[in-house]
Amino acid sequence: MVNPQIQAFGLNLWFGKNQVLNDIDLSVHTNKVTAMIGPSGCGKSTLLRCFNRMNDLIPETRITGKVTLGDRDIYAPGTDVTGIRSQVGMVFQKPNPFPKSIFNNVAYGLQVQDAVKNRSELADRVEASLQAAWLWDEVKNRLHSSAMSLSGGQQQRLCMARALATSPLVLLLDEPTSALDPQSTAKIEELCLELKNSVTILIVTHNVAQAGRISEYTAFMYLGELVEFGTTEKMFTVPADKRTEAYLTGVFG
Amino acid sequence: MKPRQTLNLAATLLLGSLLLVTALFLLLFLIRMFSLGGSVLSWEFLTTGPRNAMTQGGILPALVGTLLLTALAMLVALPLGVLTAVWLTNYGRPAWLVRLLRIAINTLAGTPSIIFGLFGMALFVNFLGWEVSLLSGGMTLAILALPVIVNNTEEAIRTVPPEFRDASLALGATTRQTITRVILPTALPNILTGAIISVGRVAGETAPIMFTATTFFAKGLPSGLRDDVMALPYHIYALMTEGTHPAAQVPIAYGTALVLLLMVLVISSVAIFVRYSIRRKRQW
Repeated sequence: MVNPQIQAFGLNLWFGKNQVLNDIDLSVHTNKVTAMIGPSGCGKSTLLRCFNRMNDLIPETRITGKVTLGDRDIYAPGTDVTGIRSQVGMVFQKPNPFPKSIFNNVAYGLQVQDAVKNRSELADRVEASLQAAWLWDEVKNRLHSSAMSLSGGQQQRLCMARALATSPLVLLLDEPTSALDPQSTAKIEELCLELKNSVTILIVTHNVAQAGRISEYTAFMYLGELVEFGTTEKMFTVPADKRTEAYLTGVFG
Repeated sequence: MKPRQTLNLAATLLLGSLLLVTALFLLLFLIRMFSLGGSVLSWEFLTTGPRNAMTQGGILPALVGTLLLTALAMLVALPLGVLTAVWLTNYGRPAWLVRLLRIAINTLAGTPSIIFGLFGMALFVNFLGWEVSLLSGGMTLAILALPVIVNNTEEAIRTVPPEFRDASLALGATTRQTITRVILPTALPNILTGAIISVGRVAGETAPIMFTATTFFAKGLPSGLRDDVMALPYHIYALMTEGTHPAAQVPIAYGTALVLLLMVLVISSVAIFVRYSIRRKRQW
């Protein structure tokens, strides 16, 4: 096994008294696409949000166990959370560009992290990110018009570009295509396959077929537990657990 | 016609006529104000001071006084109110402090304005020794406007979609950066609309300034923060209750009322225009 990019060890999470994640052990492989599947409410989005500490924002969240990014414990006391988030980008279910220009959306992460020295470097990085998200050709003539004028699929690719701008190690995708039409979905999926050469991708999806199309590894979660984890190929052909098989064949979900 | 259609028609007619009654009141009000005070309105009325024991001349010192008092109040209340709302919506810890602050704000919001006047007199005029002055009155009005601005700003911040905040934080922004770069710019139009409306409210208040800032008659315009001032609402009150020539004073009082009314109408229209043009541009 190559060096894992993200690892969770005995991870438990409670919202108030309600335990949402139960003793999760998971290794996410560097520069691969890992899909997280499971029925609604199984905790897959919550697990995803553990990796950039977005759960911190929810009051009364309690976490035990350990999560590492590279060899760094991201829940260690005194950890700079903004630093973690600059290395772990995230794209949400609903496209959520800021009500700013296309350019300023992509520039945002670089600006708040003070990651560029001057305007020309900023412009270069913004262009590179838009290229990487396959949006450049569509928007290069209107970089300064509102991001809200883009279509839903374009907005989601803008969010990808925005997350990529700071060159993160990991990209967390939380059901990124569930609000998109089939064509835009296909484009995002192809993009994931292209991007995994430079970034580790973790994608939560409701769509089992999507997991099959783009991921090398799949994690199946059920009721807050990680039921099965392995290569997508193996899980989709010979699932080890009955619950996995039932979910994949559509018995529940 | 079926019974429910009859009922529907009747209800529609009832609501329509109620609307008419409301509009009629405003119309009657405006007509009456114009007929009583319109005769004294002139350019001179707005640009000169009162003369001959308030029986002639204009209202310039009162107009200027009201503008200064309002500006001073907003200068203090707006930053303080916005920052308070930012704290309440984004930091807000510990919970007991938030509860305490909310009780304080809501109590302030429900306090009769004459109480603010007495409080301002006790604190600013007497205790701090600022005397009856622009400063004392402006501060008193600021306290009056504060709860309105806090509540309105909180409301404005809550209309910012939480997805924007999440996106900003997920990009490695700090809470402070998220507030100054995303939340406040997005909420700004609504914050401003609310502020403009409270300007109208503050400009028309009489009770908070009658013990703290205003004088029956000032020779010229105020020269500093420690001067007492004339103000439009108090000027009306004074003309109607004091002085020795009621026959000459009453039309001037109505004329002053008309000016105040038009001022508030203009301010509200600006707010409506701002809101309208922003809603048209808003795309989320």
